Amino acid sequence: MSTTELKTEVTAPVPEPRRRRAWVDQVLIYLLSFVLALVISAFLIAFADPDVRSALPYFFSQPMDTISAAWESVSEAYKALFSGSIINFSAYTVTDAIRPFTESLYTATSLILAGLAVALPFRAGLFNIGAQGQLILGAIVAGYIGFSWALPFPVHLLVAILGGMLAGSLWAGIAGLLKARTGAHEVIVTIMLNWIAIYLLQYLLTLDAFQRPGRDDPLSPPVAAEGRLPRILGEDFRLNLGFILALLAAWFIWWLLERSTIGFEFRAVGANPSAARTAGINVRRAVTGVMVVAGAMAGLAGMNQILGGSTEYALGNGIAGDIGFDAITVALLGRSTPLGVVLAGILMGALRAGGSTMQAATGTPIDIVLVVQSLIVLFIAAPPLVRKIFRLRAPKPE
Amino acid sequence: MALDTSAPPAPVEPEIQLPISYKAPITMGVLGVFALVVFGLMGDPAKTTTFDLTIGTEAFALPDVAVPSMAFSVVTAVLCLIVAGYALVRARSRRRVPWWAILAFGLAFILSFLSWVAAGKTLPVTGLLQGTILLSVPLIFGAQSGVLCERAGVVNIAIEGQLLAGAFMSAVVGSLTNNIWLGLLAAVVAGLLVAWVLAVFAVTYFVDQVIVGVVINTLVLGLTSFFYTAVLSQNVETWNSPPVMQRIAIPVLSDIPILGPVLFNQSLIVYLMYVLVAVVHVGLFRTRWGLRVRAVGEHPKAADTVGIDVNRVRFRNVLLGGMAAGLGGAFFTLGSVGAFGKAMTAGKGFIALAAMIFGRWSPLGAVGAALLFGFADQLQQVLSIIGTPIPSQFMLMAPYLATLFVVAGLAGRSRAPAADGVPYIKS
Repeated sequence: MSTTELKTEVTAPVPEPRRRRAWVDQVLIYLLSFVLALVISAFLIAFADPDVRSALPYFFSQPMDTISAAWESVSEAYKALFSGSIINFSAYTVTDAIRPFTESLYTATSLILAGLAVALPFRAGLFNIGAQGQLILGAIVAGYIGFSWALPFPVHLLVAILGGMLAGSLWAGIAGLLKARTGAHEVIVTIMLNWIAIYLLQYLLTLDAFQRPGRDDPLSPPVAAEGRLPRILGEDFRLNLGFILALLAAWFIWWLLERSTIGFEFRAVGANPSAARTAGINVRRAVTGVMVVAGAMAGLAGMNQILGGSTEYALGNGIAGDIGFDAITVALLGRSTPLGVVLAGILMGALRAGGSTMQAATGTPIDIVLVVQSLIVLFIAAPPLVRKIFRLRAPKPE
Repeated sequence: MALDTSAPPAPVEPEIQLPISYKAPITMGVLGVFALVVFGLMGDPAKTTTFDLTIGTEAFALPDVAVPSMAFSVVTAVLCLIVAGYALVRARSRRRVPWWAILAFGLAFILSFLSWVAAGKTLPVTGLLQGTILLSVPLIFGAQSGVLCERAGVVNIAIEGQLLAGAFMSAVVGSLTNNIWLGLLAAVVAGLLVAWVLAVFAVTYFVDQVIVGVVINTLVLGLTSFFYTAVLSQNVETWNSPPVMQRIAIPVLSDIPILGPVLFNQSLIVYLMYVLVAVVHVGLFRTRWGLRVRAVGEHPKAADTVGIDVNRVRFRNVLLGGMAAGLGGAFFTLGSVGAFGKAMTAGKGFIALAAMIFGRWSPLGAVGAALLFGFADQLQQVLSIIGTPIPSQFMLMAPYLATLFVVAGLAGRSRAPAADGVPYIKS
């Protein structure tokens, strides 16, 4: 009856009710969106190639020059993208051949965790642009515990992980509390907290407690070996315990949302705060709670950034990269479900891992990855457009 | 029962009194005491702070104003506390704190801070304000874009992308043609194109507006960075060396002390900004077009009933907003450094978004909020030159902290247009 009308109210993506017959259609839309994104990006890659551009003026007299130059540059770029993210067929050892995929998973870890930090608030009708700041706080605390305390192996790691989670929770909790208590818009508050976190990190890195001895640049000492996330496939692969933690975190969020009372309250608040209040749900508590849990996820992502070794286990100003913002794309691509976030995180991790290989191999700027990922999300979000382009019929409504 | 959410009925409010809210007086009181203790009583009684009110281009110079730092901080902090007391009285009688009281509080607080932070030094007030206007330019353009879109019921998260696209295109076209006007035009067209994507997906295909906005930002960032690395940086001379706008002094007006150099000795884009703000304000609140836009944003079904094509109004407003933000993007290149740089808008679009929400979805309110951000930004730059007792990172943090305080403590629950973010699907 009112599913479609209900859907128009929430501003955040909410998974559609599963339709068996629409299942194929859904997969098709995803695949075609991916293809469309790659095709459009191919034109950009071709245009950016100087060989193609120098052949372009003669396009009408000698079209094959342009086309072959374009084909060459695009196919080389996409080959590098594939061999850098999935499997490298030209490698001599099995280890080298499968390394790309483990690198993709390694890169995906922080994206999944931060993606959960955006997806969960989406389900409660909140837009957490603040994953970046929460992530930075998580990295600061996890890193500080990691490089300045001395504890035996599992304890040190555990304390650092918990510290990172707690820091992320607190930072997001500020936004949640302000939203719940004063009605301050969470978008503003989280954006402001991002900037405050950035400058807080900059400031801390000027202090002696955070400075690497003998260095003048803003860089911390490396995390002690006892505080690092252990590698799970042997020392040859960077893939580490963080990825398992990310999967566990996704499972936890799924359980929270789908199987627990608290999660039901979160979703109810997201669907209709007034109705939730009328039904006796403490909306203020739910809003704060959502942000606290989301912050813990972002804190874990920050922890993974520092304890996972992506920056040689040291805290610097670039510790968070753009992960907090990419996380928004991950959450959207994953339609705010935990499983979706995991899959989207892996896809984005693969694009990133492949993108750096591509940049090194063919000189195609890695920024094309941003174009590909945003086009995919854009097309997936508009199935009617994709159907129109490929002249598909809409699935039969049940 | 079908939940009709596209047009929630206006809540029927019986004659009730406002609840007593101590939020504003408490926030003001805490900040006032902080100013009194830190800026005032902990200040150095031996030093004086000099406020330099001239910049050199005016017809006649005002003398510098020198005040004893500590005493001035104490006096202004006490003023803050008086306003806080007034706010308390208003709150007890269940009345809102008027905007001028908040303004007075803010002014006194800033003066108290300035007198403390620049103790023993000379603070170039006119230069500070002149820079404030300049740094607010992209924020104001972006916020007007937000107002235009959101008043019609379309959430515009894509301001950042529109600014970036404007900056990129104006740099490229400006370099190729060596013409500022064509560069500006290109910025407008770039903003328009980005907005067109937003409009097609959000208005025509009913895709969630927040999603489209976020994705567009990433898309524009990807596109501009890609072409910057692949094309612009390969041949800077041809692609990335646009002309830069010069200051234009308006005769007579620019000779007025303080106000003259601040408002009337600026570059072309600042004057365009004045025009834009005036047009948006008058347009939204004084014309038939504005009434329709606001109707579409507040109650699209009612607007539809009286014959307004809701989605066409929205589509057009999104395009208008995009043009405004695109023009603002030209500030980053033609309006300041000239050359385009990767991700050079650096989150200013989101600050503009915050300014719009902070300014309660009104064109003038957004200008006020944007000026506050610009002021804090410029103040930080000025203070880093004259030297301060606080680490620069905290100065950089200050505008964001201030916004947190204001949003949480004073502005309170800001209300978006009722149909903001809700696609209108005609049934």
